[in-house]
Amino acid sequence: MEKVKSIGIDAGSTTLKMVGVDEEGKILFSIIEDADPKIEEQTDRLLGELKNNYDIENSKIVATGYGSNLIKADKKVTEITCHAKGIYEYFKTGGTAVDIGGQDNKVILISKSGKVIDFIMNDKCASGTGRFLENTAWRLKIPTEKMAEIALSSDSEVKISSTCAVFAESEVISQLSRGQKLEHVIKGLHRAMVKRITSMVYTVGFNPPLMLSGGVAKNKAVAQMLEEELGEKPLIPENPQIMGAFGAALIGLSE
Amino acid sequence: MSLKENITYLLSYKIAGESLIKWNTKRAFKNFKPPKSWRTDILAPPLKTGVFTKEIIAKHYLEGRYVNGVKPVAWVTSGAPIEILKALGFYILYPENHGALCGARKAALEISEEAEKKGYSMDICSYARTDIGSTLSKKTPVGKLPKPDLLLCCTNICQTVLYWYRVLAEYYKVPLIVIDTPFVYDEAKEHDIEYVKKQLEASIEVSERVAKKSLSFAKLKEVVKLSKMAAELWLEIMSTNKNRPAPISVFDQFIHMAPIVEKRGDPETVDFYSKMLNEIKERIKNGVGAVKNEKKRVLWDNLPIWYKIKFLSEFLAEHGVSVVASTYTNAWGELAPMMEIERPIESMAKTYIYPILNRGTGHKLKTMEMMVKEFNLDGAILHSDRSCKPYSVGQMDQRIKLLNELGVAALLLEADHNDPRVFSDEQAKSRLKAFVEIME
Repeated sequence: MEKVKSIGIDAGSTTLKMVGVDEEGKILFSIIEDADPKIEEQTDRLLGELKNNYDIENSKIVATGYGSNLIKADKKVTEITCHAKGIYEYFKTGGTAVDIGGQDNKVILISKSGKVIDFIMNDKCASGTGRFLENTAWRLKIPTEKMAEIALSSDSEVKISSTCAVFAESEVISQLSRGQKLEHVIKGLHRAMVKRITSMVYTVGFNPPLMLSGGVAKNKAVAQMLEEELGEKPLIPENPQIMGAFGAALIGLSE
Repeated sequence: MSLKENITYLLSYKIAGESLIKWNTKRAFKNFKPPKSWRTDILAPPLKTGVFTKEIIAKHYLEGRYVNGVKPVAWVTSGAPIEILKALGFYILYPENHGALCGARKAALEISEEAEKKGYSMDICSYARTDIGSTLSKKTPVGKLPKPDLLLCCTNICQTVLYWYRVLAEYYKVPLIVIDTPFVYDEAKEHDIEYVKKQLEASIEVSERVAKKSLSFAKLKEVVKLSKMAAELWLEIMSTNKNRPAPISVFDQFIHMAPIVEKRGDPETVDFYSKMLNEIKERIKNGVGAVKNEKKRVLWDNLPIWYKIKFLSEFLAEHGVSVVASTYTNAWGELAPMMEIERPIESMAKTYIYPILNRGTGHKLKTMEMMVKEFNLDGAILHSDRSCKPYSVGQMDQRIKLLNELGVAALLLEADHNDPRVFSDEQAKSRLKAFVEIME
């Protein structure tokens, strides 16, 4: 059985991510599940299942995310530090990391040596977060993962002025009832979200390259529009959703 | 002034109440120990002289219950020039301080909802909502507030006070004095100061009419002297935090600043801050820091988050972070040197035109930069206050400048001074913890 040196657990508001690494920091496994309100039981179950395939007897456990308080871990670190670590080690470069999660967006400025210089998170509202797209997708009865495809297929877009996740939903409905095409509205919705993220990027000061993480980074329309708005092609990890957990696991190596 | 009111005041406040409070203070001082919930593992014990803060405030609000009909009562804004009123023997109530007290006792939400029920928007200042709510419903944790005979509103802290005090004037049907202080971008012009001085002079006549007596200039000079002495002591107390470890955290200052705001110009306030300064000097001598394991030192910008003081103080102390300076507590000390005892009205005009909130955002940035250097700071927490826009405007740029030009970590923390609905524990924790990790 492969020996897991360190496990990172990122208990986010929407999903729970778990990554195991060996002593070189190589990813041995990664798990993504919808977040269960009983996070403690969920992590215990996942760790129990891992024991069948991996040696996790002496693994360090580092937890991050909103649910980290409920997890038995050797260390608890914030998502900012974990995402920065994960992204930096993955791409081996400093720059601007943008993490678009279910409820939080983070923009992190990373120095050449991998240190966090500054960060900003969205304030009291969920505008521009994954929840923004999810809400509307649910309302339109379209699977969330289809949203990007529809947006990219559109040659035109409708301006959605509300950046509020709740109000945008009603704006979308009213645009559709006015006869606007679904794909135009969905593309407009993506644009509103991307503009919100772009303004956060400019608040901390944009320093290329642009690196994406978080579940929404898998949305190709968001990535393309960010490139249009910021004039930089974003670097996207193979599995952007696990960057926080990966960073947490790497932090465990130095414990 | 009725005989009945005078007798009740004498019996309930002067004889029974005041003696009981003093006796309680004496006992608390003698058997001093931190409250059971105090985190002695991470924080120094509370200041022993803090028992006098309690005494001063308890006496102040108890007197307020019985003072109508005995002394003239004025309600004033926090940056108001109160020296004239004090010299005329007014009992002075600060609705903002009362609002803060409601916030700290977690009563502000229920009270401000009373104002919201009457149609006052959730977007106006949460102090104003607390005060108007308390006025309309008579709800207050201090029992009862005295009715004003006079209102004094000075625009040197914001423009909201103008509308807020007009509401009070309409409700209580009493005279309202407005002292309009022109905004200072760089230096105040001579004619600006002259304009404020003229208004102060004009206010004397109205105040005398309400007080039914003439102003004694000798008394006014005495009040200005005491006001200046107390403010200078407060300034000295704050500057003791240049020591490492810092002896008194800003969270302690938020509590112990009540007398410098509410009881400025009283001899007992001067005595109180002298005692406090001595205790702090003792702490410095013994190497006692407000935060036991002080690793990082930061500043606080903007009003306190009154309903989360304990939470923030403990959370930061757990991570070895001591909040040692603040633009807010500094505001009640920084202008002390401008007060001139021999030229009371002229110097008041100058002093009250210069508060931090009546000056450009560049001035606040300079104040913070000075604090970073003089107090040797590692970071800054800028509380972005949802319902206090004059204090919060400019913080986005100030934050970036502190970071880029001084290289200190700087965090914008979204909250509100008195409205707990705007605060989310988990979000605040995640941002504060990341801020701490950056400094490490």
